[in-house]
Amino acid sequence: MTKMTRMTVEQAIHQALREEMRRDSSVLLMGEGSATKQRDLVADFGAERVRNTPLAEAIVAGTAVGAAASGLRPVIDLLFAPFMAYAMDALVNSAGKLRYLSGGQFQFPLVAMGMTGSGWCVGGQHNHNLEAMFVHAPGLKVVMPSEPADFKGLLKAAIRDDNPVLFFTDLGLLYQEGEVPDAEDFIVPIGKAAVRRAGGDVTLVGYAKTVAVCMQAASQLEAHGIAAEVIDLRSLKPLDEDTVLGSVRKTGRLVVVHEASGLCGIAAELAALAATKAFSALRAPVLRLTGPDAPAASSWVLEQAAVPKPEAVLEAVLDLVAGSRRDEAAGKSRAHDQDSRAHHDQLAGLAA
Amino acid sequence: MPEENRAAFHRLETMLLIRAYEHQLVELQRTGAPGTCTSVGQEACAVGVVEALDARDRIVTNHRSAGHLIARGAEPRRLMAEVLGRVDGYCGGRSGSLHISAKELGVVLTSTIVGGELSMAPGVALAQKMGAGNSEPGGIVAVFFGDGAACEGIFHEALNLAVQWQLPLLFVCENNQWQAFVHRLETMPDKAISAWARGHGLPVDSVDGNDVDAVHAAAARAVAHIRATGGPAFLELSTYRQRGHYEPDDQAYVDSAELQAWLQRDPIRMQGERLTAKGLIDAAGLAALELRVRETIATALDFAQASAWPTPDTLLEHVYA
Ligand SMILES: Cc1ncc(C[n+]2csc(CCOP(=O)(O)OP(=O)(O)O)c2C)c(N)n1
Repeated sequence: MTKMTRMTVEQAIHQALREEMRRDSSVLLMGEGSATKQRDLVADFGAERVRNTPLAEAIVAGTAVGAAASGLRPVIDLLFAPFMAYAMDALVNSAGKLRYLSGGQFQFPLVAMGMTGSGWCVGGQHNHNLEAMFVHAPGLKVVMPSEPADFKGLLKAAIRDDNPVLFFTDLGLLYQEGEVPDAEDFIVPIGKAAVRRAGGDVTLVGYAKTVAVCMQAASQLEAHGIAAEVIDLRSLKPLDEDTVLGSVRKTGRLVVVHEASGLCGIAAELAALAATKAFSALRAPVLRLTGPDAPAASSWVLEQAAVPKPEAVLEAVLDLVAGSRRDEAAGKSRAHDQDSRAHHDQLAGLAA
Repeated sequence: MPEENRAAFHRLETMLLIRAYEHQLVELQRTGAPGTCTSVGQEACAVGVVEALDARDRIVTNHRSAGHLIARGAEPRRLMAEVLGRVDGYCGGRSGSLHISAKELGVVLTSTIVGGELSMAPGVALAQKMGAGNSEPGGIVAVFFGDGAACEGIFHEALNLAVQWQLPLLFVCENNQWQAFVHRLETMPDKAISAWARGHGLPVDSVDGNDVDAVHAAAARAVAHIRATGGPAFLELSTYRQRGHYEPDDQAYVDSAELQAWLQRDPIRMQGERLTAKGLIDAAGLAALELRVRETIATALDFAQASAWPTPDTLLEHVYA
């Protein structure tokens, strides 16, 4: 049996950094306060490899890109995801494009970390799930784990990857605990989703905080005689199409839940995937339960009103399953009822 | 009482009010309210500069804005309601503490993105200069930012534009020595901020940011220059962030000797001593002032806690025009 240790997400991230820095002397960590907050890494690996930076995301990211192309493997901590806006030029225009535009002469093995999500009442300039923006940018990989073991395994995989990887931490998960394998060679491959619970009636897909939301909804659905399969995407790019499609072909129903807004988001991508590659298996319209097209408010009430909740997932799935069963019993086309269900789309997060 | 003394007295009272307000926020955080970035130790910067502005002027500020707002006349009760996320807050609870703006006071745009304030201020000044909106002739803009913001490239972009376009903009750098958990000497040469500003070719003044009278005098000179020439000016205020970056923060990374030295130069204490030395106030007078601001804050707290939460059905209000 693999030896495990119970730890928080924060500790799992730290352990991954420590192990990879020990394993590979080209790995370095840079960020505003990175050295202050992780004195033990400075002690073990030296000030050259663990650096406090000036408060200047554009040059932190730019430096990481230049260094990555030149033999180092930088990890940069950009703190809250919205601060990445300053780093976007280096990440999107340089790291994402210059491998291709140089005809493959350079590669950019770097990891850019940022925190997203609700829970701290900090408002929209700190709380913004902007992961899909980076999914849209060619040349970048994007991961967003939900449990401590995956934080460790995916961060290690990201550091070893020869592509630029955006590593998002949902801040609501930071102090959540779980069992984490001790093994230094423990890796979670980028691009591989995890089936957290098996079921044959509906596929619930989430990532980060909404995996737990889906799990809670799934156990409530059990009481209603509905077996939900729950998929934790873990990687947003590349997407594990096979795992999602395999499940949808089995259940015929797909519900995607994320805190990021719905427009051009991950759920839209999965809906397109299902419609394109599993159309004949679908027994009901694909549902998206997402955050609204609005900045995050600070006030606790408004912040939470924007976040998809298990009750909303439960209600939406009950409605969806009842509707499609009614249709199937009546032999009707599944299209006619779509309008009545469409109100769940986008706004389900608000209903809770 | 001569006008000069009345002003000095008023500065002390405003600084006390800011301090009492932020101490109340610290208490609230301990009982579960969202954490805030306090400006304890920097009150003289806010009070001295804001007093040098007049009603037609605009203020652009950042995450550490309580002093600027209160000095400008913001009601502690509405600020507190905002921090608690209630409907009676200046932004209806949407902002919380980090991005409070109050158009009615001329505190027009507040960004908690470090450098965000610097990116927007030239545009506000351009609108003032062009007489747009409800701006009045001669109005200027004061932008407050920290030493950390001076590390962002946007700092230079804003300075260059303001100089080239001759915008009526007062840059106010509150150099409180800290950039979150990193001391500024780890990220920049000691005299860098003023030197960088000078390099852009605008008048630069560096003063003791804990001496409220000195801050006011320097700000008044800079404002007069801007009104006379239409072009920008720069003020570096040397001060100290006495508390953590935000609440809670154990300040384990802070050199206690440095902190102690600055506590000896606390701006409120310095102003209290100055007024005492001039015979303008005594211990009883000071105690009475402190009591008065404490009462104001207690009333504000009652108001804020009684204020309603926004209802979820208002979530999508104000996203688009
Ligand atoms: C672009 C950006 N990067 C990082 C942060 C996180 N952060 C908030 S305040 C702060 C320190 C700012 O230092 P300074 O400009 O000196 O202002 P002070 O907080 O000392 O008033 C940091 C790093 C942020 N809000 N925005």
